[in-house]
Amino acid sequence: MRPVFWMLAFVGFVFLYAPIVVLVVYSFNASELVTVWGGFSLRWYGALFSDAQIGQAFRLSLLIAATSATLAVVLGTMTALALVRIGGFWGRPILAGMATAPLVMPEVITGLSLLLLFVAMERTVGWPAGRGIATVILAHSVFCLAYVAVVVQSRLLGLEESLEEAAADLGARPYEVMRDVTLPLIAPALAAGWLLAFTLSLDDVVVASFVSGPGASTLPMVIFSKVRLGVSPDVNALATLIIVAVALGLIGALILVRRQR
Amino acid sequence: MTDPGAKAADPNLPLGAGDVGETRPFVRLDRVVKRFGGFVAVNGVTLDIARGELFCLLGGSGCGKSTLLRMLAGFEHPDSGRIEIDGQTMAGVPAYARPTNMMFQSYALFPHMSVARNVGYGLVREGVARAEIGQRVEEMLRLVRLETFGDRRPHQLSGGQRQRVALARALIKRPKLLLLDEPLGALDAKLREETQFELRALQARRGVTFIVVTHDQVEAMTLASRIGVMEAGEIRQIGAPRAVYEQPQSRFVAGFLGSVNLFEGTVDVAAPDLMRIRTPGGGFVVPPASGLSARQPVALAVRPEKMRIAAGAAQADNALQAVVEERAYLGDRTMFKLRLNDGTVLKVLSAAAEAGVLAVEPEAAVDGGGAAADGGGLTA
Repeated sequence: MRPVFWMLAFVGFVFLYAPIVVLVVYSFNASELVTVWGGFSLRWYGALFSDAQIGQAFRLSLLIAATSATLAVVLGTMTALALVRIGGFWGRPILAGMATAPLVMPEVITGLSLLLLFVAMERTVGWPAGRGIATVILAHSVFCLAYVAVVVQSRLLGLEESLEEAAADLGARPYEVMRDVTLPLIAPALAAGWLLAFTLSLDDVVVASFVSGPGASTLPMVIFSKVRLGVSPDVNALATLIIVAVALGLIGALILVRRQR
Repeated sequence: MTDPGAKAADPNLPLGAGDVGETRPFVRLDRVVKRFGGFVAVNGVTLDIARGELFCLLGGSGCGKSTLLRMLAGFEHPDSGRIEIDGQTMAGVPAYARPTNMMFQSYALFPHMSVARNVGYGLVREGVARAEIGQRVEEMLRLVRLETFGDRRPHQLSGGQRQRVALARALIKRPKLLLLDEPLGALDAKLREETQFELRALQARRGVTFIVVTHDQVEAMTLASRIGVMEAGEIRQIGAPRAVYEQPQSRFVAGFLGSVNLFEGTVDVAAPDLMRIRTPGGGFVVPPASGLSARQPVALAVRPEKMRIAAGAAQADNALQAVVEERAYLGDRTMFKLRLNDGTVLKVLSAAAEAGVLAVEPEAAVDGGGAAADGGGLTA
């Protein structure tokens, strides 16, 4: 029973992680050819850091990820509060559905619908003028909001409501209850939601491709276009770095969610 | 909106069970109704509570007692009816502006604040100066004997200590009205007893009006100066613990407070000085009860501790022939289960010291009798 279990587990992990391991190993490849091992080297990391296009895309991606994660946390928290704390209100089912729709909606559709919206808005109200950083940030905020709302909602549901009542009972006005009790207690969920949103934004390529404009290519978009011209080894190095960043973000989010208990 | 006769009463007025001298009640509930969807949680409760009273709302779960308390605190709002506290209507007054403080059943201590910050929170929100807050928190912690625990977090405390922190936090703003939701529910037996007497002492010393919600009749009896027994959103009976226990006005109240032997029967004679009731198990002579006339069906409630067991057969009023079925030794008392000839099972509680009673073995035929003065007729 035990050896069988370990064998199955091993096969499973190989299935899941072998591609990533191969990619990480080949990022340290000295050879020019992606599929031929030529000894250990950090040359592709060096090439990566001297590549101005990638550097610029990286900084842009960080900016977009941080901004949209912050926006998503604000909006997602408000959504979660409305859904959990205000019992039944008109349109609650619609809000609940719309808030979680991006979780199940194909990204292609999210991207396409946002593109159509931005174009239509530009025509009618003149904003946003063209597509670029702002439209990517807006689009990412929208689909990250859903994830934040889910994380914060579960935290709020686990929060004893009498804590907020106790604060009100002791003389705290609604905004003071929010500031002194609710927000400090859901802070781990906010941080977890922010990290989650940050990593989601950082590795999104589909939605960004739809709503981005010239001169505003995010890192995944740059990688994607490079790979289309043939895989070059510096992309392996870049991918490794992204994997590390995303893994750290996810582990951080996990730890924060766990610590809530 | 305000009662024209309302004037701020002196908060340091003498205390104790239901101030008789004061004419205007301190808390007044007038036909208060609260529904949740189709469920009527509180169904037209009218209740006056005097300043300095320790009033206990007693009832099973779902009887509406907690909803009533939450409406006083301002967490729920009545669908109809009026709530007045100290002469002021509470309609439209939010929880944070009410002269009440509540001790929650779960204590609801803020887990991210130290004990001292928990206790001082009410004063911070009131805008009290820092130095004074520190001083009053210290004083409060001393009162609940937790002066060395100020820096701890709630999760580092035992249940009893948490309960005292919650009490200190609710008392620090010197509320006119303190609401306690099952204050002793989470404590073990010994701590409960201690805290019960502490609460009473505190109430007498501070002169706060207490409203306690509980499902525990022992808690209600020891704490309260008056008890309101609730069932299905309505108050069934209000009175001093002794009155509610000794003269229950309905089967529900009789059964809810302590155990009781019920005899179904009919009124035989309703004379001005006594009443004779016939039941299948035997006849009873009891003090007259108003509103009962001959041939009316009644139930007679007799507390187990008001009955005595005697060996042998006697033909007298208030004496019943029975067989001892079971005997349970409870230390200070012994509980007997007796079966009457017609199959009714009775409970009789005897003080252990009572000579001879302990010797009664199961299957022995005995007389169990309710003393005439202690029986009570119930119509409900």
